[in-house]
Amino acid sequence: MTEQPQLLEIRGLTKGFPGVQALDHVDFTLQAGEIHGLLGENGAGKSTLIKVLTGVFKRDAGTIRLDGQEIEARDPADALSLGIGTVYQEVNLLPNLSVAENLFIGRQPHRFGLVRTGEMRRRSEELLAGYGLDIDVANPLAAYSVAVQQIVAIARAVDLSAKVLILDEPTASLDTHEVETLFKILRDLRSRGIGIVFVTHFLDQVYAVCDRITVLRNGRLVGSRPIAELPRIELVSMMLGRELAAEALHRNQRREVTGEPLVAFMDYGKRRLMEPFDLAVRPGEVVGLAGLLGSGRTETAKLVFGIERADSGQAFVGGKPVRIATPRDAARLRFGFTPEDRKTEGIVAELSVRENIILALQAQRGWLRLIPRRRQEEIADRFIKLLDIRTPDAEKPIGLLSGGNQQKALLARWLATEPRFLILDEPTRGIDVGAHAEIIRLIERLCEDGLALLVISSELEEIASYSDRVVVLRDRRHVRELTGSDVSANTIMTTIAGH
Amino acid sequence: MIRRHLPVLVTLAVFIVGYLICLAQFPSFASTRVIGNLLTDNAFLGIVAVGMTFVILSGGIDLSVGSVIAFTGVFLAVTIEKYGLNPYLAFVLILGISALFGAAMGFLIHTFQIPAFIVTLAGMFLARGLCFVLTTDSIPINAPAYGQITDIAFGLPGGGRLTFIAMIMLVTFGAGIVLAHYTRFGANVYALGGNRTSAQLMGVPVGRTTIRIYMLSSFLAALAGIVFSFYTSAGYSLAATGVELDTIAAVVIGGTLLTGGYGTIIGTLVGVLIQGLIQTYITFEGTLSSWWTKIAIGALLFAFIVLQRGLSAASLRTR
Repeated sequence: MTEQPQLLEIRGLTKGFPGVQALDHVDFTLQAGEIHGLLGENGAGKSTLIKVLTGVFKRDAGTIRLDGQEIEARDPADALSLGIGTVYQEVNLLPNLSVAENLFIGRQPHRFGLVRTGEMRRRSEELLAGYGLDIDVANPLAAYSVAVQQIVAIARAVDLSAKVLILDEPTASLDTHEVETLFKILRDLRSRGIGIVFVTHFLDQVYAVCDRITVLRNGRLVGSRPIAELPRIELVSMMLGRELAAEALHRNQRREVTGEPLVAFMDYGKRRLMEPFDLAVRPGEVVGLAGLLGSGRTETAKLVFGIERADSGQAFVGGKPVRIATPRDAARLRFGFTPEDRKTEGIVAELSVRENIILALQAQRGWLRLIPRRRQEEIADRFIKLLDIRTPDAEKPIGLLSGGNQQKALLARWLATEPRFLILDEPTRGIDVGAHAEIIRLIERLCEDGLALLVISSELEEIASYSDRVVVLRDRRHVRELTGSDVSANTIMTTIAGH
Repeated sequence: MIRRHLPVLVTLAVFIVGYLICLAQFPSFASTRVIGNLLTDNAFLGIVAVGMTFVILSGGIDLSVGSVIAFTGVFLAVTIEKYGLNPYLAFVLILGISALFGAAMGFLIHTFQIPAFIVTLAGMFLARGLCFVLTTDSIPINAPAYGQITDIAFGLPGGGRLTFIAMIMLVTFGAGIVLAHYTRFGANVYALGGNRTSAQLMGVPVGRTTIRIYMLSSFLAALAGIVFSFYTSAGYSLAATGVELDTIAAVVIGGTLLTGGYGTIIGTLVGVLIQGLIQTYITFEGTLSSWWTKIAIGALLFAFIVLQRGLSAASLRTR
């Protein structure tokens, strides 16, 4: 295997951004006729690797060889002409142009300066027939499903003489049948000698289609292994960066919270987003959602809070059926939600700490019933003291605070509305260790006050330490609910691996 | 398929209904004389609207065209009447100057990623200002060549005339249709309007195309200016104020999406004719103020933008 010539050979690839070492001496090889899974959690460096490879970013150090020749792509179009084609999850084609134009733009067959539309359509149909696609190529691309658009993108990349095809999470918005079709095409291309890099979060798909995998973590290469010899549990431990080990952290006394659930979701789900699930949270209980990136954790939270509208199932609050179609509905039921991406979905950086804290409360009251300035200041000061938000005063723009303090202010925003049920998506992401512990203590204190909490986190130890129950997700499904002594980082990890 | 052409079909239906209403009230609307005049009176608007269609298809806007028309008129009047330049040489000169002017705007828009709105707004003030630098008076053009050119016309059965300037407009539309739908440049324009980033990733020469689009728009504005000077036989600094807005209105009523990517040149022709039709109706009516044209255009524009929003929302839902 090693003596086989490599189609693509990356050695010592390094790329840094201010404050982050995105890639640190990463090696990666790809053979002709191979489907190679590229795996890793958030911030592992997968997308940076792809972007350096396709010329979006300049590398700091390292070599890239294609067919033995050293290459340096200037931009994605240049990479494509060198033989590296990329297909993204969000298809990067032109929805307003016809399918045929998308396939042939820039190289339309022409005569006397005029495009030969008939000829172009005929050749498009021939090309797509090779992928088992029989569609009207004169229609605009937007008329077809994402799956078809992806096949068109693949056909275009391969037809432009791609030797290496990079698929960046191509299956994230496809259904089971469409994924099968895509895999059939990938196997077909493999037999034609094309090297395929397949980025995905779905472990089942990795085992279904990949020959070999490479795992990155925090910008470093963890390892590269043939899939056939790799047990799932080992793959998961490579990705998460922890061995099965003796429990380090334990919640002092794990309580079995009993009583009627405050919120319950029966058979709740949305096609293409999340398989239907059951979920119940009692007052004073912390339920953790654990799983790999893309396993459906955030999707569950968005469904529960009405950001995505469920198309099956029923929600109950206090035993009564309710409708949660929009975040406003959820807020009216006294739900709260602090999103994963604090910067873009949470804080309003230019507004002051005070304005950020009273935002949800004011929205709930309606903008016509303005909260008096003095009352606003009271609320802000109370929470700044209560949560120990470190800011010189309540009027400082929140964007100038540290991550941990922003997170606390976001929590304050929802706590000010006196919620019954609070969803925290990655509450400790990107904040320093000290603030980390404070947030965790805060979570525990909140649930002692009788709040129902749903917490999402990638930190297995952390989630095991404060959760009363943990729901484990895999491939957009709730696969198992852990209770009592089963709530441990080890069990969570083995459950994620599926064995 | 039908949904794709719906905006144009709606425009066409509006024109036909409007024409029938006019016809019912004033039977002389059927005469070739009225139709010939409709084409002649709106020739300059039609020519500049072809260029504007390309700009809007690519997701941009060109606010400078009205000023370029005025500048062209003033330039021609001054060079021909004051300096005795050969009119044909003056035509070539102004077309070249304007093309360079447009290319410069396109270059700025692309290189510095400045919104087209701002760059062409600056271009609008610049070109208008240059008019006043040349002259503040309205200068009549009496060159014999002007008389000869305006005399060229095909007689139509029924006493109407298809004038030379109407022919220029029709030829411009023909060329525009070929350019938009049968050349790589045309596909690139649509590609830019569809998604600039994707277009770049797919290897569309974004910079070159942007420059050519604004070059084409200014070139056609100068051509419109020449035609306008035939029509008025004069050059005046304050001429054609607000024409850029009339042009944008004609393009949008013609079914081109203001956000770019969707639309046709032929739709723009119908859009121009609808504006002309309203104008003609008001002239025939006799009692209405000509400002009613603006009100009618405003109402139509509003209706079309609402229609477009509805259509794009509907197409998103079916995806």
